[in-house]
Amino acid sequence: MADDGITNSPPLFENVNITSEDNSDLFVSARQDIQEEPTNKITNGTTIAEPADVSKISLSDSRSNLETVPINNGSEHKSAEKVEFENGDTFIDITIGESQKMGEGMGAYVAYRIVTKTNMTIFKRREFAVTRRFSDFLGLHDKLTEKYLKVGTIIPPAPEKSVIGMTKIKMGSSTENAQNNGGDFVERRRAALERYLKRTAQHPVLIIDPDFRDFLENDVELPKATSTSALSGAGVMRLFNKVGETVNKITYKMDETDPWFEDKLTHIEGLETQLRKLHTNVEAMVTYRRELAHLTNGVSRSAALLSSCEDHSSLSRALTYLADTEEKVESLHLDQANTDFYILCELLKDYIGLLGAVRDAFHERTKLFQHWQHSQQMLAKKREAKAKFELQNRNDKLDQANTEVIEWESKVERGQESFDKISQMIKKEMDRFERCRIHDFKVMFIKYLENHLKHQAQLVKYWEEFLPEAKSIA
Amino acid sequence: MTEEGKTVSLTESTLIVDISDALSEKDKVKFTVHTRTTMKHFQKSEFHVVRQHEEFIWLHDRYEEDPKYAGYIIPPPPPRPNFDASREKLQRLGEGEGTMTKEEFTKMKQELEAEYLATFKKTVAMHEVFLTRLASHLVFREDPHLHVFLEYDQDLCARPKGKLQQLGGLVKSIGSTTDQYYLNATVRDVNDFFEQQMNSLTEYNVQLKDATARADKMTEKHKEVADSYIKISSGLLQLANSDNGHLDKFFARVSDFFERSRKVESRVASDQDLKLADTLRYYMRDSQAAKSLLVRRLKCLASYENANRALEKARHKNKEIHAAPEVQEAETAQSAACEQFEAISAQAKEELLDFKTRRLHAFRKSLIELAELEVKHAKTQQDLLKKSIQSLKELL
Repeated sequence: MADDGITNSPPLFENVNITSEDNSDLFVSARQDIQEEPTNKITNGTTIAEPADVSKISLSDSRSNLETVPINNGSEHKSAEKVEFENGDTFIDITIGESQKMGEGMGAYVAYRIVTKTNMTIFKRREFAVTRRFSDFLGLHDKLTEKYLKVGTIIPPAPEKSVIGMTKIKMGSSTENAQNNGGDFVERRRAALERYLKRTAQHPVLIIDPDFRDFLENDVELPKATSTSALSGAGVMRLFNKVGETVNKITYKMDETDPWFEDKLTHIEGLETQLRKLHTNVEAMVTYRRELAHLTNGVSRSAALLSSCEDHSSLSRALTYLADTEEKVESLHLDQANTDFYILCELLKDYIGLLGAVRDAFHERTKLFQHWQHSQQMLAKKREAKAKFELQNRNDKLDQANTEVIEWESKVERGQESFDKISQMIKKEMDRFERCRIHDFKVMFIKYLENHLKHQAQLVKYWEEFLPEAKSIA
Repeated sequence: MTEEGKTVSLTESTLIVDISDALSEKDKVKFTVHTRTTMKHFQKSEFHVVRQHEEFIWLHDRYEEDPKYAGYIIPPPPPRPNFDASREKLQRLGEGEGTMTKEEFTKMKQELEAEYLATFKKTVAMHEVFLTRLASHLVFREDPHLHVFLEYDQDLCARPKGKLQQLGGLVKSIGSTTDQYYLNATVRDVNDFFEQQMNSLTEYNVQLKDATARADKMTEKHKEVADSYIKISSGLLQLANSDNGHLDKFFARVSDFFERSRKVESRVASDQDLKLADTLRYYMRDSQAAKSLLVRRLKCLASYENANRALEKARHKNKEIHAAPEVQEAETAQSAACEQFEAISAQAKEELLDFKTRRLHAFRKSLIELAELEVKHAKTQQDLLKKSIQSLKELL
């Protein structure tokens, strides 16, 4: 289907008319089956009112609005402002504090308290807090993707949905239970959401986006983002869309004109494979270390039991201390596992996601290239037609042919322009991304080792405390 | 019997036994037992024989059967050589060869080989400890079976060890445990000390068994943690090789850290195994041996009571007859049984105290060593971490 679209259908830039029924558009093709359902794909609260039009907006405005994106990254003025953001003394610090389970049963959800401290003048206050739920984060991500992906922005991905984890929370009847059942899950998600917001805030364009600022600042309930629910019809549709996109990604191979992109893409793909492998292995280490903690607990309990039936008092006492020491070592192993997980494992996982976002941006460029190429083909056809008419002296048709040629000429021009623009943008974004990546990895690995240094210091302390007890056996 | 042992003075006769070599052949391990002695029972002052595990067990059983040694804790027999775990791991590694790089595979294989070697060495050491304990014991060293074991340059009757005999061993061990329960239930101990010892030793033995199993699991998992660094280190190295000029040095250094850290962590695991798990294991077996002693004593008590009853019966039956031979016979038997029981009780008391001191020293030594090694390794890790952090910060 996607193939058909590539070869036959004209992806017309004039289709910006959102009421157009032209469904032969290349990128529509993959989504056509589900288009009959007028459910909105963009979860924007403002467009929700006119569901009938929404699907078309979401399909066509990826092209139509290219030039009218609120923050045009190509313009000199804005980039100057960005530099200011990065170099100035501005700071923004986002933390997610305590989370709280709201409601009971299937309607239950976890509310996260987001506290922001900043000196950026774009915010009304220096410190503020809002309460958001997980679907709000997904909604935010969708909105940002909607607005910025088409210009080639690398948008930090939101944490994944977890039906199992959430079900555990929902099943847990009280907050105490939630601690046992899903406490770990909530903490993981909390940390992931915090990292997500921090990454988004790092981006010079995304930070000043009104939706993002609203998300941080405006402590009123956001309109519920229905399409983010995993089980909703929209959720299923999103899945379809993803599949369509993937098919398109696989089937379409553009003739790369810029070796830079080719190199980068190879690099990114290689990086992704390696990070995935590393992530699996680090996950294994985390599992082993957690199991080790559990087994150390067993040894601790055994030492305590042994101590209780050891009839020699000083040996019995030493065994009690051994039990204590092993118990401390147990919790130390858990801390180590958490260091492994929260610093190393999650860093890798985040970057696997981010590399996906990079690929999405690259894919947007491929799409624009396709449009541009198509416009060129159309232009050639129209010129041919015009030449034919000239030969045949069909003046009646000539006029129309002329306007069409002019129209397509401008479309080719615009197509090239947006392609060049996105190419430039991606290069800029990649530059930023790479700087962030290098910085993140450096900082995180050092932090990782520093945490382990602390753990080892603890270990020294524990065993040094035990040593005199062992020596006092007599 | 004790006197006999005590007359041997240490200076005029030494008996030093060690295992100078061991060879693994298929399922069998052949131990070369090396003896140096000045004892006159032996033909030569230094000699070697090749023995297998079953012969060690044979020797142990000879001691256990001999009523002469009933009052002693007989050194526990060495466990059967078992390399199944290592073999199984090696096989699993072979199956997973495709999922890892050549280097990872080589390193994993090296680790397994080292593990196998450690198990092998341990097996040899356990067999050696068994013999040295016998050879250094003033009574046990005089046993003719031991002398045959050390000197006779042929296979001992212990083999062929067929399935039948293994089954026999199983029946025997079931017999001895039921013995214990039967005796516990039927014989009323006259001595609180022994009754209490029996109870606490039984409990102690159970706890030691548990503790050994748990310590084993812990050290094994610790080793697994250490081994998991291999793949992380190699993954980081691959990243270093593909990251053109930005993070290559950085990743290479982190990779190097994991490789070094792995070795220390692996040492932590093996030292925990040697100092903690093995001490527990040895005393699990030694406490079992001490328990066997108590069972033997109970058996002796049972026969003493039987002798008493027989005497009563005989007296009752021969009330009218003066100095009836039946009564006299029963009296002799009764007094012999009494004497034997008293002797065993006295000896056992001493042995149990000895066991306690021995245990105390062993635990003291290994717990101190454990703590010292843990501290040492953790400090090594600290140094390694500090240096790595510093070298990484240079790249910031």
